[in-house]
Amino acid sequence: MISAFFIFNQKGEVLISRLYRTDFKQVVSNPDVRSPIITLGSTSFFHVRVNNLYVVCVTKTNANAALVFEFTYRFINICKSYFGKIDEESIKNNFVVVYELVDEINDFGFPQNSEIDTLKTYITTESVVSSSQPSAESSSRITAQATGATSWRRNGDDVKYKKNEAFVDVVEVVNFMGSAKGTTLRADVDGHIQMRAYLSGTPECKFGLNDKLVIDRGAAGGSGAASSGLGDRGGSSSDAVELDDCQFHQCVRLNDFDADRSISFIPPDGEFELMRYRAASNIKLPIKVMPTVTEVGTTKVSYDLTLKTTFSPKLSATNIIVRIPTPLNTTDVDVANVTIGKAKYVPAENVVVWKIPRLQGGQESSFSGLAHLTSTTTRQVWARPPIDVDFEVLMFTASGLIVRFLKVFEKSNYNSIKWVRYLTKANGGYQVRF
Amino acid sequence: MYDFSNAAYHKFSFDLDDGCAFYFDAGRHPSIQTQASMSIRAPRKGENYELSVDLNSEYRDKRKDAIKRVIASMTVGKDVSGLFPDVLKNMQTDDLEQKKLVYLYLMNYAKTQPELVILAVNTFVKDSDDPNPLVRALAIRTMGVLRAEKIIDYLCDPLQKCLRDENPYVRKTAALCVAKLYDLKPELVIDNGFLEQLHEMIADTNTVAALTDIHIAASSQPSISPSDPALFPISASVLSKLLIALNECSEWGRVAILNALARYEAQDDKESEHICERVVPQFQHVNGSVVLAAVKVIMIHMRGVRREDLIKQLVRKMAPPLVTLLSSPPEVQWVALRNINLLLQKRSDILSNEMRVFFCKYNDPLYVKVEKLDIMVRLAGENNVDALLSELKEYASEVDVDFVRKSIKAIGQTAVKIDAAAERCVHVLLELIDTRVSYVVQEAVVVMKDIFRKYPSTYEGIIPTLCANLDELDEPEAKASLIWIIGEYANKIDNADELLGIFVDTFTEESYPVQLQTLTAVVKLFLKKPDSSQGIVQRILNTATKDCDSPDVRDRAYIYWRLLSTDPGAAKAVVLAQKPPISIPRTTVSPALLEELLGEISSLASVYHKPEETFVGRGRVGADSLQRKSDVLDDRFSTQKALQTVAAGQQSENLLDFDDAPAVDGRPSGLAATEVLTHTPAAQNLLAGTSSNPLDDLVSIFGAPATPAPPSASPHDIFGSLGINSASPAIQSPTVIATSPVAAPIHQQQNQQPQEEDLLGLF
Repeated sequence: MISAFFIFNQKGEVLISRLYRTDFKQVVSNPDVRSPIITLGSTSFFHVRVNNLYVVCVTKTNANAALVFEFTYRFINICKSYFGKIDEESIKNNFVVVYELVDEINDFGFPQNSEIDTLKTYITTESVVSSSQPSAESSSRITAQATGATSWRRNGDDVKYKKNEAFVDVVEVVNFMGSAKGTTLRADVDGHIQMRAYLSGTPECKFGLNDKLVIDRGAAGGSGAASSGLGDRGGSSSDAVELDDCQFHQCVRLNDFDADRSISFIPPDGEFELMRYRAASNIKLPIKVMPTVTEVGTTKVSYDLTLKTTFSPKLSATNIIVRIPTPLNTTDVDVANVTIGKAKYVPAENVVVWKIPRLQGGQESSFSGLAHLTSTTTRQVWARPPIDVDFEVLMFTASGLIVRFLKVFEKSNYNSIKWVRYLTKANGGYQVRF
Repeated sequence: MYDFSNAAYHKFSFDLDDGCAFYFDAGRHPSIQTQASMSIRAPRKGENYELSVDLNSEYRDKRKDAIKRVIASMTVGKDVSGLFPDVLKNMQTDDLEQKKLVYLYLMNYAKTQPELVILAVNTFVKDSDDPNPLVRALAIRTMGVLRAEKIIDYLCDPLQKCLRDENPYVRKTAALCVAKLYDLKPELVIDNGFLEQLHEMIADTNTVAALTDIHIAASSQPSISPSDPALFPISASVLSKLLIALNECSEWGRVAILNALARYEAQDDKESEHICERVVPQFQHVNGSVVLAAVKVIMIHMRGVRREDLIKQLVRKMAPPLVTLLSSPPEVQWVALRNINLLLQKRSDILSNEMRVFFCKYNDPLYVKVEKLDIMVRLAGENNVDALLSELKEYASEVDVDFVRKSIKAIGQTAVKIDAAAERCVHVLLELIDTRVSYVVQEAVVVMKDIFRKYPSTYEGIIPTLCANLDELDEPEAKASLIWIIGEYANKIDNADELLGIFVDTFTEESYPVQLQTLTAVVKLFLKKPDSSQGIVQRILNTATKDCDSPDVRDRAYIYWRLLSTDPGAAKAVVLAQKPPISIPRTTVSPALLEELLGEISSLASVYHKPEETFVGRGRVGADSLQRKSDVLDDRFSTQKALQTVAAGQQSENLLDFDDAPAVDGRPSGLAATEVLTHTPAAQNLLAGTSSNPLDDLVSIFGAPATPAPPSASPHDIFGSLGINSASPAIQSPTVIATSPVAAPIHQQQNQQPQEEDLLGLF
């Protein structure tokens, strides 16, 4: 139960304030805290920081903390979808819409329908509602959608496309942590399947993956098999993947999935996230990093780094950015040799940024350099933060996941075209210690 | 809409009374920017006057613009209540956006202008009949939150109508409005039969959610009794409807329904099984709060499940979604981690193979890292201890001092927890001491003390290394720890008297914990090597009894003195007694509290690991409310829970102290929390009130947390327990080893049954 909702800017000024309840009196803003929830007296403040804003929910009850944060993030996503971004400026410029939104997605402290697609039908960014005032009939259709059994999709007859298309994007974020010795400490994949459905009517979809159906097999348990699978990479000969866990958009019938692991749903119109999954076994790491970092005396650190792509030569990794940390007292870095791309020392962040626009599968690239240090009096050893690698590989999945089919059934029986893309990327979680 | 090109930036003329610090930058805020013609008008009577003129303008656009500016002013905290009549005039409009804005204004100021609100009633009632369902819903929604007495009387009729509305959206809004009304005037809801009406509507998936929300609203009322009609009873038929609705409603509705299911008491194990089976699919929901709510329902109804295989299956299915929550945004992650911590205390097997996913990422926020650390130690076992240690060692070289200390502490906890790994832990600690980073060394010394405690005489070889760092230490805890080690192994350290002499010299400048330790250590030294240390013991007893201003230190010195002078044998038996073994507590909260918190998974209570009463309501629990609560609660949780509540309630005042530490960290809970209790006479009175014999209670809170000790209180028990208590400042972390060696001397007394009489006699 949320008593009030606020948006503050960095200085603690109120940008938006909406009191859902009157059970509290005063508002305190607290700019620098190290916990996302603060309780003062009996009032609890939940905050999320996004760009230069603090989105704050206030409650005086024993509220559902997970719900409050999920709600806050939903609000942030809605704002992003409405205004393209969320920051102080966009909130100020659209504060009327923001008020409409916070009023609509929460009533009396209880979150209400917050499907972006539905909201957009009756809360519009252009303030020209007066001219195109929704008629009573269209309103009732909107409201029926907001409350109906398929609140995420407009009434079937309203949706018409000349060309019925569905785009499926499989995006995998690889989390990897390698130890200095070259062993894998942790490797897993957070995948999500993004879908853009431009399908007429009320289509019934069935979706199939090369899922091994192993989660619930065997008394030993999937989780046990999953973590032990880390060690024996490549042990399974089949090309099926083992998903540790899946989570679905609310349109997917969870009971069906629980019964026979079939994914069936009536999709929302337009873009949505169909599912998220997690895989931790047989992860194919697209890029291997082999660092050699030696501290030469107290004034120099020498770096020798080799990147190697492990996927097929037909594919290539793009936008590779390697961040190589340097000690805090670095004065300058001599980049001795870079085979591909450019490397530059960024003093503000204490890293050498090595950018490689494209690296073919099976290719190797190396970097070597020397960092010069000033002598310091502090005895504090260098913490050696991990080397971070960012990259994108198209048409490659680290988990080996493949979309096997997407079937669309609709009563008018039209033909639909389906597209699939795969993308594997690192999102700040691909790290190697040295 | 807003054309920047022809709009000259309008400067607001602020009156003197506009002393408020926050303003929207008028120039950069197009919505409060006005047309060029406006700036011609002379600023005669300030901003509000201008607004009022504009609100009464004949042009629609100008009026709407003025309303927006009013709302903008309202947002930044300026008082625009004076414009109430002017704004109200703009209420009747076809423009839905304008209507929303006017309503927003009304919601804020209706309370301050109760007389004028009446003027709005007509429009509200008319709107609630509007053909457009959005308008109907908007009207009923707004009327519910005006909270003006006068409006309420007019609310019932439209509400009645809207509850029967053909449009589900309006019905949903109306159902919520009943909750609002209940919050304001419960008797009105009951008189009008709204509740019965809601019960009839339970098949409607939307109202189900609303109904459960009402329950929450009702239960937040201070005066609630179980017979209150708002706590709608869940019968078997309602249950099946809820289970069906679960798959059809929105994500937030699911959370509400799952909350209702958590409240339901299953008739038999068959029903429990049924509920569990139906709820399990919700683990796959993308919304983390749905997942946690489902976990809650399962944890509650699993108590009723008797089939072992089903329990196993449920626990197994619970693990993957919990792990998945770790890829959510940091705040959700943190809530999940706090709850996982609780779940692990109940079922340590849930995530036994998943330790790797809790490895900290370099850029995780601190509060997430600390929580992960705690969970990793919980999951540590012989099979994964190597991986854990190399991680912890890695963390110990990070930049954040707090985190580094916690990591080192975790190494110590691992050593105490897993016997087989102790040697490896010690090895890692030695490597860390080699770094000679001051706070690392200090923390490592503190941790080593616990290891010495657990494995006496095993790692004597490293004592020289520790002593070599004597000069590094400047924190009381680290000093006290090292002194304890020296005292304990005085006979093995050749220059023990020399080392302790350093501390004796600076005795009066040290903090009390260090003084206490020095005192004890010197006495130990004397008992072990009486020949060489006669002088030093004499010196310290003199200083401690004469020049020390802490009564604790003085008292202890006197006791030692008398013991030594009357019966050195007894002194030996007391001071050098065998110490009870230490272990890592499996739970940080008492079992009763744990059960209660598991029933509230994902709530604030479960995040704080504290019962709800400690942070909602008036911040502390009075005797009468406690009494009431214990009436309501059946006797399942006995007095123990109540006592814990009081103890924690006392601390909730300290919630303001959250300063820079992560909110929940370092706050003693469970047994540790009860220790605070004895220091406050008021609490003791309360204790006396709940039982005829205060001694019983004292014993029961200080006894094992699992079961209250038998009422037959022997003086020995009390003495011992209080002894632990007085040393409690040394126990600083909730997960720290149960009895810290600082308390050791007094423990020895506890164990020394034959001497008990003498000791008490001394007093």
